[in-house]
Amino acid sequence: MKIVAVCGMGIGTSVLLKMNAEKVLAKLGVDADVEAADMGVARGAAQMAEIVLTSAELAEELGDVPAEVIVIKNFFDLDEITEKLTAALE
Amino acid sequence: MTFNLAEALSSIVTQADAADWRAAIRLAGDGLVAGGAATETYTDEMIAAVEQHGPYIVIAPGIALAHSRPSPAVLTGGLSWVSLATPVEFGNAANDPVSLVIGLAAVDHDAHLQVMRALAGVLSNSSAMERLHAATTPDDVRVVLSELATAAA
Repeated sequence: MKIVAVCGMGIGTSVLLKMNAEKVLAKLGVDADVEAADMGVARGAAQMAEIVLTSAELAEELGDVPAEVIVIKNFFDLDEITEKLTAALE
Repeated sequence: MTFNLAEALSSIVTQADAADWRAAIRLAGDGLVAGGAATETYTDEMIAAVEQHGPYIVIAPGIALAHSRPSPAVLTGGLSWVSLATPVEFGNAANDPVSLVIGLAAVDHDAHLQVMRALAGVLSNSSAMERLHAATTPDDVRVVLSELATAAA
């Protein structure tokens, strides 16, 4: 499973999102490769990924990609990330 | 001993006044400049990032992670901490208004990962965040962050 965490710059919010997504995936027992990417890289990476994690603003900017795009409101709310990832994985 | 975020902060300002989100980011940028982490150009780049991509840097209720990409304007890299006396709107429907702005400057995509891990630990710890929001002096902030590093060791 390939997941891409997307932010504008690829060094800040996407890195935090990647770290918290990895925590959640480990707890769920899901084997996945999570990559942090900026918008430019993400447009390419999202073609190969199954899931994209990002914020509402950036989901709009990213546009249509084959991957399922999950919008996270609070990047530190592990419950929100767990709930949304679980729904996407089903 | 776990990484102490207090040691990574080039500057801590509490109870700051900012008229709007640009002023709030500028304060975070001033902190990075004061600590030698980045130049003033980087502050402009952080503001431009929001103008380009929108207020997505408001990553949790009340918390903005101001940053741009690695550039010549980043000197050593670092973090700054600005808590606001009066929260300001960034235009983020889910997480406004913002009362804490963390400025981040990184020299490349990997050097700051230890800092980011420590930051993620602090920001996802709700009881620590309550104490940090209540902190009125830079020393209060340092004490809470240092305790967290010790507790996690």
